[in-house]
Amino acid sequence: MGAEAVDYSVFVDRDPSGHDQMNLVVEGISDDSAIADIERGLSALPGVVRARLNFTNHRLSVAWGEGASADVVMARLSELGYRAHPFAPPAADEEAQRAKWLLRCLGVAGFAAMNVMLLSISVWAGNVSDITPETRDLFHWISALIALPAAAYAGQPFFRSAIAGLKAGALNMDVPISLGVLLALGMSVVETALSQEHAYFDSALMLLFFLLAGRYLDHAARQRTRSVAANVAALRGEFAHRLDGTGQPVLVPVQALQPGDLLLVPPGERVGADGLVLDGRSSVGEAVVTGESLPRIVSRGDTVHAGSLNGEGALTLRVTAGGNQTLVDEVQRLLDGAMSARSGYVRLADRVARAYAPVVHVTALASALVWLAMGASLHDAVMIAVAVLIITCPCALALAVPAVQVVATGALFRAGILVRSPDMIERLAVVDTVAFDKTGTLTLPEPVLRLPADVDRSLLPLAARLALSSHHPLAAVLAREARGAPLAGAMEESGSGVRALIDGREARLGSLAYCGLPLPAHLSPSASLIAFRLGDQGFVAGIEQALRSDASDIVADLARMGLSLVLLSGDRPEAVASVAQALGVRDARAALRPAEKIAALTELKDAGRRVLMVGDGLNDAPALAAAHASLSPVEGAALTKAQADAEFLGTRLAPVRDALACARSAMARIHENLGLALLYNLIAVPLAVGGYVTPLVAALAMSGSSILVTLNALRAGVPKAPAAGTTPRERHP
Amino acid sequence: MSVLLYLVPMALALGLAGLFAFLWSLRAGQYEDMDGAARRILSDEDVRK
Repeated sequence: MGAEAVDYSVFVDRDPSGHDQMNLVVEGISDDSAIADIERGLSALPGVVRARLNFTNHRLSVAWGEGASADVVMARLSELGYRAHPFAPPAADEEAQRAKWLLRCLGVAGFAAMNVMLLSISVWAGNVSDITPETRDLFHWISALIALPAAAYAGQPFFRSAIAGLKAGALNMDVPISLGVLLALGMSVVETALSQEHAYFDSALMLLFFLLAGRYLDHAARQRTRSVAANVAALRGEFAHRLDGTGQPVLVPVQALQPGDLLLVPPGERVGADGLVLDGRSSVGEAVVTGESLPRIVSRGDTVHAGSLNGEGALTLRVTAGGNQTLVDEVQRLLDGAMSARSGYVRLADRVARAYAPVVHVTALASALVWLAMGASLHDAVMIAVAVLIITCPCALALAVPAVQVVATGALFRAGILVRSPDMIERLAVVDTVAFDKTGTLTLPEPVLRLPADVDRSLLPLAARLALSSHHPLAAVLAREARGAPLAGAMEESGSGVRALIDGREARLGSLAYCGLPLPAHLSPSASLIAFRLGDQGFVAGIEQALRSDASDIVADLARMGLSLVLLSGDRPEAVASVAQALGVRDARAALRPAEKIAALTELKDAGRRVLMVGDGLNDAPALAAAHASLSPVEGAALTKAQADAEFLGTRLAPVRDALACARSAMARIHENLGLALLYNLIAVPLAVGGYVTPLVAALAMSGSSILVTLNALRAGVPKAPAAGTTPRERHP
Repeated sequence: MSVLLYLVPMALALGLAGLFAFLWSLRAGQYEDMDGAARRILSDEDVRK
């Protein structure tokens, strides 16, 4: 970051013992030695009191007292050879707390279930041999002593959700669960007091244990993908040059910027915040923001958006609060509308519960009435009704969906897809249309260099080294080819190009006019041009958005999977048309504003389509929120990714196909599981209604069905990609 | 059956001890870095000479 001062203060806070602490995401951790290297290297610094690297999520926590500072720590880390990025732990802390809480409940339920089962097995064995009623009652009372407090603690996740559901007037899956657990416990206490043979303490606890295991796994799988997504965001963490009171630039993280701050944006850097241009003139590339691939000229009085790439001139901005400019304002307004539209979706498990719970409760009541009518005692009739409620307590049903989701989320994670929303798989599985944004989604986020075939390639290394001296974004693409140091004595002439003297000949890099070269014939019309001239030799290269290496294969695969494809882009019609033609997408719409993208989606929805929107730009955010399901590349704008159901990593488009294929296979497993749960009920309910269910039968039936459903869930994963039409190699390292 | 008078409390006490050990390890953050724990145990660089 050069000699410019860096302000890390936003990331530093106080830990309980009064030391300053900072969290960092560390790049390049691959083997065991990293732990010792980093922890010992930092602890050796005077003042550092704690350095702990979490190998699972690659986060480092450092605390220091007198004598050390954030700058010293950062410098030491780069000396050690690790790139670290300061990181503010996100609000997901609440999620971590919930995961711990679920795990505590799981521990309590597991302890209680084991001990009560110990007592129950003694009772079951004693019932068929010589147990005395006194001993049985003692065992039942001890079971009650363990089960009641344990259930009161470990059942909270279900009780709270059931109460919240009832308050909202909806029957969710937790209502029959809570009712089943409470009735099983209540009846068991009554039976124990009456010195009866059967008590269901073990059933209630086993139920809680299985269900909590499902809840925890589901939660943990999503938390892992969330922490990776947060790390990626930190790795891309950007700094901005804020001008302090004396006009000196200080590097600050973009999170620290406040409205009213003055910002210097040097040529070739990304704009850190939305702002109003106070001084300077430049062209800004807004591909990330609007999808438009050609730069826009801005000068004093214009607004620029965060994420835009500054061109050849330095700009001074005044940071404006997000929301008072046309584009961001419009995006935000559209977002609010689109989000409320999607919240109407009801998850499959809840839809099943809505149908299931009343049926179960009516069956229980009916069987009690029938037994009463047939002359059974009130006690026996109530026993039968409670047995029905226990046996139908939706253990397998409640595991059917989460177990598959855990396995599918893990499989997607390995395929480079980070799932954000819990119900994404259900929504993705029913998608029949895929709508793609163009820039940054079908194309790579960074532009690539295109040389005409007849160009003398021997000039390229020299041109690339000259490009190192330029700040222009187009030159930056060329500079990636450079092997060696920048050329000595290179001069940048702002607005036209760079020149240098090489062996007495003048070398120039810049616009066609600057180099005096004619317009070449063989470059695509959508490319931006850059020219190089050395003496009387020279070439013109095109710089354009390149399709992701596997884009056409994946688009073909998607079509083969029976999906219809649409291209919704904010870019110019000719640029969109050439991409649509290359990919064979017939329905391509160009120059769409965010509202028009939503209109296009609504039109598809009205035609009965369920649309998956894949997009990355700020202008795609409302469309992502409005679509039935949404995906975003991890390089996308932050606001956009927040709307996406999942993000995908890497330079390839294959995750889009994998996500769809995996969702479909997972959905098939979910339906099988629901079928298995139904089958279980069809067998078990008549037994319960007939009065044949003892606690032993209940325990076997519940654990058997739960294990069956879980095993079936393990079959969910990313199906093998079709052998034809995939390119295993990455074209861009 | 008087054997139950101390066997049952003993079984419960052992179970409770296990539960408290689990809750303590959870609070101490021992489940936060499972991969790191697996690797640290093989590293002998923390042995101070």
